[in-house]
Amino acid sequence: MNGLTTVFKKEVRENIRDRRALFNSLLLGPLLFPLLFVGMMWFLESAERERAEKTLELPVIGAEYAPSLIRFLEQQGTDIQPEPENPEELVLSQEVPVVLRILPEYPDKWKEGLPAPVEVISDPSRQESSASIRKLKGLISGYGQQIGALRLQLRGVSPQLMSPVMIKDVDLSTPKSRAILAVIFLPYVLMITAFTGATHLAMDTTAGEKERKSLEPLLINPVPRWQIMTGKMITTMVFAMASLALTLVSFRIVLPYMPVGAFGMDLTLGLETLLKILLIISPVAILAAALLTLLASFAKSYREAQSYMGLVILIPMIPSLIFMANPIKAETWMMGVPLFSQNLLIGEVIRGESVVLPWYILSVVSTLVIGLALAALAANLYNRPKLIFSGS
Amino acid sequence: MIVVKNLRKSFGEVKAVNGISFEARDGEITGLLGPNGAGKTTTLRMLYSLLPPDAGEIRIDGLDPTRDAMEIKRTLGVVPDSRGLYSRLTARENIAYFGELHGMSKEAIRDRIADLQVTLDMGDFMDRRTEGFSQGQRVKVAIARAMVHEPQTVLMDEPSNGLDVMSTRALRHYVRSLKDAGHSVVLSTHIMQEVAALCDRIVIIAKGEVAADGTADELLQRSGCDSLEDAFVKLIGSEEGLLA
Repeated sequence: MNGLTTVFKKEVRENIRDRRALFNSLLLGPLLFPLLFVGMMWFLESAERERAEKTLELPVIGAEYAPSLIRFLEQQGTDIQPEPENPEELVLSQEVPVVLRILPEYPDKWKEGLPAPVEVISDPSRQESSASIRKLKGLISGYGQQIGALRLQLRGVSPQLMSPVMIKDVDLSTPKSRAILAVIFLPYVLMITAFTGATHLAMDTTAGEKERKSLEPLLINPVPRWQIMTGKMITTMVFAMASLALTLVSFRIVLPYMPVGAFGMDLTLGLETLLKILLIISPVAILAAALLTLLASFAKSYREAQSYMGLVILIPMIPSLIFMANPIKAETWMMGVPLFSQNLLIGEVIRGESVVLPWYILSVVSTLVIGLALAALAANLYNRPKLIFSGS
Repeated sequence: MIVVKNLRKSFGEVKAVNGISFEARDGEITGLLGPNGAGKTTTLRMLYSLLPPDAGEIRIDGLDPTRDAMEIKRTLGVVPDSRGLYSRLTARENIAYFGELHGMSKEAIRDRIADLQVTLDMGDFMDRRTEGFSQGQRVKVAIARAMVHEPQTVLMDEPSNGLDVMSTRALRHYVRSLKDAGHSVVLSTHIMQEVAALCDRIVIIAKGEVAADGTADELLQRSGCDSLEDAFVKLIGSEEGLLA
């Protein structure tokens, strides 16, 4: 095992002197992602606030048919605009988010006590107009309920008869469990960090060594090849791990600067939480180091290895993308799937739930088994002469 | 002492080494001379157990590289064709790394590097990072790290490749000192003058086979030529690769 530790020590020393390695593994992830997170939060919050505060500018067609509705809308702070020539065109070209059309039969129906028709013209596929549409529909239905209640009262009927059931919200979510964005985003960032932290080292110690022509002299030493490869992989794991730890610390530092109130989030990431998350995600660093080393060993040069890595980096994104599209409840079998299990467990930790120990163990074991199998494969790769000489 | 018998190695259709046999004795310098692509590097790679032979037998001090790979690697000092150094480590760290991989103690490595620093005249660049080293400095580091564990048998693949006159002279001087100390030295080259100046025995290799084998005088006699260069051309039967 002496050979293994010698290789490990040398790789650490060499890569600590490598600015590119330090930047890619220890700076890029830890700095970029937390800043990106904070920036995204600020942006979302300010956009949301802007939309909420903005007065709704509403072009109305046939305003003369429903003067009382128009008055109601104006009282509620809507800026009623004159009738446009081509309302559909106006909406499609995104000049206004929504147009209200009051149909000519509105007054007659109104008088007869029948539902009086209005049209809300909009394009709901436009994300940015959804707030305006919701606001207008809310106002109109509020107006409708008000009038409806008045009509019942005039006929001597209690408007309460219209509400046979009353819903009361009993909210059991803690402020932590509302940290939904964080629940999705943090595991996502950590998965990617585990991989980006390992990428440079995995390539440099294998494809890079081949490219610099130092692999052949290295293999002439009386050290079994699996020890040389394992020493390199452990270096990669340590760097990936350091990258993860630094990213968590950096999240811890930037979190207080986040616009928390707007999302009802209470995410403090105490020391205990940080350690828990690190324990959960550590096996991923091992899996990533083994997988990336395995792939990079096939490449003839650093450049060729880089082209493979572009695809690999998609792997850690898969679980997060699936959960974003379709949030699912954690179940035992999912703990056997690497990346998925960590994603779910970190979500639980952030939500403030306690982690089920058997689940944690299952997650660690399943990820380690696959990681170590890949590592064993990589460790024996250089027993094939073809791989040593490819590119030379 | 190296004994090679009927060594063969093919890569797909290409027969890189096709039945090579020779001996390299202790206290002698044996030169593998041949044009580029003759099979010299492949032969050496089989000697230092990086490639398994398809057929044939190798014995280095009685050991077989296919079975006693670790043992053999301990007794061999190899300066391979690729001299890649770690550019972010100093010359001393490069050499010490190989010493540690050989299981040497820190003190032994320190003393040995001090020796090599004098023998190979590396005083002024031993503690500089190898990035930007000249070709001559690189070869010296490559030799020093191959010799750090004081191997009995030394294999060098094209050692003077890319060296200037002064560095080549220093290299030859060093190789001779190894011979005088009783080491068995095998070097491959395509440069005639190198063989003439250095080698006790010459093995001429062409197209994966031994074309001739003997001392310089024996080769001249056998070919009936006056110069080694003419003898070489006559013995391998073509001028191919000589100008490379």
